[in-house]
Amino acid sequence: MRFLRENPDEVLLRFGEHVQLVAVTVALGILIGVPLGILVTKVRWLQRPVLLATGVLYTVPSLALFAVLIPYTGIGRGTAVVALVVYSLLVIVRNTVAGIEGVAPLTLDAARGMGMTGGQRLRLVELPLALPVILAGVRLATVATIGTATIAAAIGAGGLGRIIFDGMDRLDSDRIAAGAVPAAALALLADWSLGRLGRAFWHGGESASGGE
Amino acid sequence: MITLDHVSKTFESKGRTVRAVDDVSLTIGAGQLHVLIGPSGSGKTTTMRMINRLETPTAGRITVDGRDVLAMDVVELRRSIGYVIQQGGLLPHLTVAENVAMVPRLLGWQRHRRRERAEELLGLVGLPAGQFADRYPRELSGGQQQRVGVARALAADPPIVLMDEPFGAVDPITRKQLQRELRRVQAAVNKTIVFVTHDIGEAFLLGDQIALMADGRLVQNGTPADLLRRPATPFVTAFTGEDRGLRALEYTTLAEVADAAGSVPATDGDTLPGELSILEAGRELARRGETGVDGFWVSDRGGRKTGYLSYRRFAAMLGEALGPAGATAGEADGDALPA
Repeated sequence: MRFLRENPDEVLLRFGEHVQLVAVTVALGILIGVPLGILVTKVRWLQRPVLLATGVLYTVPSLALFAVLIPYTGIGRGTAVVALVVYSLLVIVRNTVAGIEGVAPLTLDAARGMGMTGGQRLRLVELPLALPVILAGVRLATVATIGTATIAAAIGAGGLGRIIFDGMDRLDSDRIAAGAVPAAALALLADWSLGRLGRAFWHGGESASGGE
Repeated sequence: MITLDHVSKTFESKGRTVRAVDDVSLTIGAGQLHVLIGPSGSGKTTTMRMINRLETPTAGRITVDGRDVLAMDVVELRRSIGYVIQQGGLLPHLTVAENVAMVPRLLGWQRHRRRERAEELLGLVGLPAGQFADRYPRELSGGQQQRVGVARALAADPPIVLMDEPFGAVDPITRKQLQRELRRVQAAVNKTIVFVTHDIGEAFLLGDQIALMADGRLVQNGTPADLLRRPATPFVTAFTGEDRGLRALEYTTLAEVADAAGSVPATDGDTLPGELSILEAGRELARRGETGVDGFWVSDRGGRKTGYLSYRRFAAMLGEALGPAGATAGEADGDALPA
């Protein structure tokens, strides 16, 4: 804890960068992933190729993906965000699909029979009922991004990974811990709070709990 | 009024053509509760679902108040027809009041007016609004959810209500209670109701008219008395009599249930001995055939007319006694959604 005591400002700065990196990534992941997930439940033939593509991208090792992107997006935060968003897409898209397709057929039949349009069914029935499952995906994506974002320091994206890499260069385990412990704490905090948020939207026994 | 004119529905399944509904013609009068009954796969649910276009007929024509449903805007058509399904089909993320007020919401009613309407209807189906309006469906029993489903179907005051085995998923005692309740509600609101069931007891208890279907075809359409007295085919006799609960009717005599002779205007009609059981009377009526009168007289041992029983009441008693068949209650209906 010596490093933390002597350099609280640096740890706080890197912690802030880390949170920002994760927040931007998850926000973009939601903005792209949820509409994409909705799209592939409506345009069914797109579903397999999209899920396959996000799945394949997910398996590419992060360091390799960073390296591949550098010629196009350069060194720094931009590249990191692009790569991290790509990773977050798989769970977010998959859980959006699982959430929407988990809505009971009887419920949808009632919605149709009442005279809801397709848009109304989505807004008033499918999305609200899929929300807990979508949130579960966001939670997983957030926790994973917090971890992977530490590696992004290798390409100059900043964050807590910066402290860890410095510590590795200097074989300074105290410095490594000063980066790793806050990152782990951040992941646990995100997991816990998003879990609570998800339960607040749970309406009991209706939709499939896919994704967790 | 709803008319079905030579309506058929076929679909492809595993490379062969299945006739789910085969040349059905039917008129459903305004203010009538018309039961569609038949075994699983008889096409009764598909027939009903074509009225609000949840299914599209492959041949024939369906009109509602003279207008061809295929020419109408599908969303508008559905909003003008109440729809009740098994387990109520309630939206689990909305409160009871929000569920009931859903169609008014789609129709753009103001919030306070929706709320008022929801509370009014909850009262009608026997769920005090103060106690139930703000609860969620999962906090209600199956029977209570079903009542909410009925209230929701009535919310925008549609002239027509379609009910697809609405009481199929509740226990027999609750079911009987809901059936009686529906009769009371129907007397108050007087809708045109199309009611799908596979429970003959339910059909007799509720139906003004009963359309019996098998293998996609309409076997017989008529009043409960018609089905009892003039069964069109042996299938009708078998179907109306197959229920094991029928035996209970052997122990009730006409004399016990007939209205006192003085309480009804004198009409012609058959006279049956009061010591006959309801079951025997049913057989006897079927043997004698049509009389053109709405009931029959009941006599004592001396042959004196001591009571009168209308076919409507007679059928309702059969319905009461038959109850939901243990063997068929809650059975999943294979023709609900052609896969």
